[in-house]
Amino acid sequence: MADASYPEDLLYHPEHDWARIDGEIATLGITWYAQDALGEVVFFDPPQMGAKVVKDESYAEVESVKAVSDVIAPLSGEIVEVNTALSDHPETINEDAYGEGWLIKVRMSDPSEGDGLMSQKDYVATLS
Amino acid sequence: MPDASPLLRTPLHARHVEAGARLVPFAGFEMPVQYAGVLAEHRAVRENAGVFDVSHMGEVETSGPGAAAFLQRVLSNDVTRIALSGAQYSLLCREDGGVLDDLFTYRLGPERYLTVTNAANHAKDLAWLQRQAEGFDCTVTDRAADYAMLAVQGPRARDIVQAMSEQPLPARFTAQPGRVAGCEVLICGTGYTGEDGVELLPRPQDAVALWDALTARGVVPIGLAARDTLRLEVCFHLYGNDLMESRGPIEAGLGWACKEETGFIGAEAVRAVREAGPTEKLVPFVMTAGGLARQGNPVVGGGEVTSGTMGPSLGVGIGMAYVPAALAVPGTEFEIDVRGKKRPAAVHTKPLYSKETP
Repeated sequence: MADASYPEDLLYHPEHDWARIDGEIATLGITWYAQDALGEVVFFDPPQMGAKVVKDESYAEVESVKAVSDVIAPLSGEIVEVNTALSDHPETINEDAYGEGWLIKVRMSDPSEGDGLMSQKDYVATLS
Repeated sequence: MPDASPLLRTPLHARHVEAGARLVPFAGFEMPVQYAGVLAEHRAVRENAGVFDVSHMGEVETSGPGAAAFLQRVLSNDVTRIALSGAQYSLLCREDGGVLDDLFTYRLGPERYLTVTNAANHAKDLAWLQRQAEGFDCTVTDRAADYAMLAVQGPRARDIVQAMSEQPLPARFTAQPGRVAGCEVLICGTGYTGEDGVELLPRPQDAVALWDALTARGVVPIGLAARDTLRLEVCFHLYGNDLMESRGPIEAGLGWACKEETGFIGAEAVRAVREAGPTEKLVPFVMTAGGLARQGNPVVGGGEVTSGTMGPSLGVGIGMAYVPAALAVPGTEFEIDVRGKKRPAAVHTKPLYSKETP
């Protein structure tokens, strides 16, 4: 696992999830802190395409050898893409949490929800 | 253990902190769950050699002219078959056959035995043993504070420890006092990983020197998480998961460690289950369409998973579950309710992993 990092161009949810907003599409994943706390991810069960995710609710699970962790949606919307490569290589979530380790993309149902998320600076402050 | 009790530390606590271990509460102790990472640690033991701090485990010494007769009364196996310097696995059972603990007993002298307990059960076991010992000509002594315990496991483990020793290492399932890295230790040819190796019981004050000597020779520190995946791949039982007071040894597949003719406490109950056949049996399983099962997940149609995780050497979800006896045949397919999702699994032969057929 690489060193701790929290990109400035992302929005953050207190349950250690990130969102990258591009127009009406948001890419979602878990933060470096979340993957580090969980340990090596050995299983990711992707949700169904077209399913609805609801802000602050679990939309998937990531599992390490020792534990199962719910993944919380930072934004509401409809799933338009899932990262199927993670089925064979769930460790990508540890190795590249903000890049190849993204989990799903959603079409946002309420783009204003993004205003309620934290900046990188505010999120990092919650970790100390 | 109540929240108010401070966690106990093993003599190697500072070494774990220095090594960057993630420390977690376990059976009242602050123990390393992982160092570099579970998967790398697991692989190190399968391919090379690793060392586990298992100093949290307890020890009880039984000595005196009546020691063998007493142990024969409380332990499920035939204690009279333990030769001098021998070792034997057994269960400690209640009158109704429920399992209080699973134990290794080493015969250190003609009338002297050392029994290793699970940390979470040590106080319970000690109280049980001391109560049952009334009327026997023997002394039951708590020795938990007198020993640290380091398990050195892996295909290179014995060679590495042999090079640090002044005498030949004891054979498998035997135990001898000796010197390793200049420290007085009890050397036991036992382990919990399915790999060759030894378990070393030094005095607590020698544990750090022994640990340093081992790690200096390239033996890798291994945490409790990898200890669990290693033991599960070879289907060794874990008390509190696969063994419990509410189930007996026959259900758990440990009939081989029970000799009812010795008249041990619980023998009548064990005999009754063996003769009638158990209604449920503990089976190893693999997940056949992905996913991981976890302890407590229900088996669809009856039963429950008692251990479940990813098998790092196998690359699939594995576990052990109590299932209705009719299902307990290798190859039988069944479903596990994993947090509301039914996932297929199949009963497997023991062990789940072996060197020959990885």
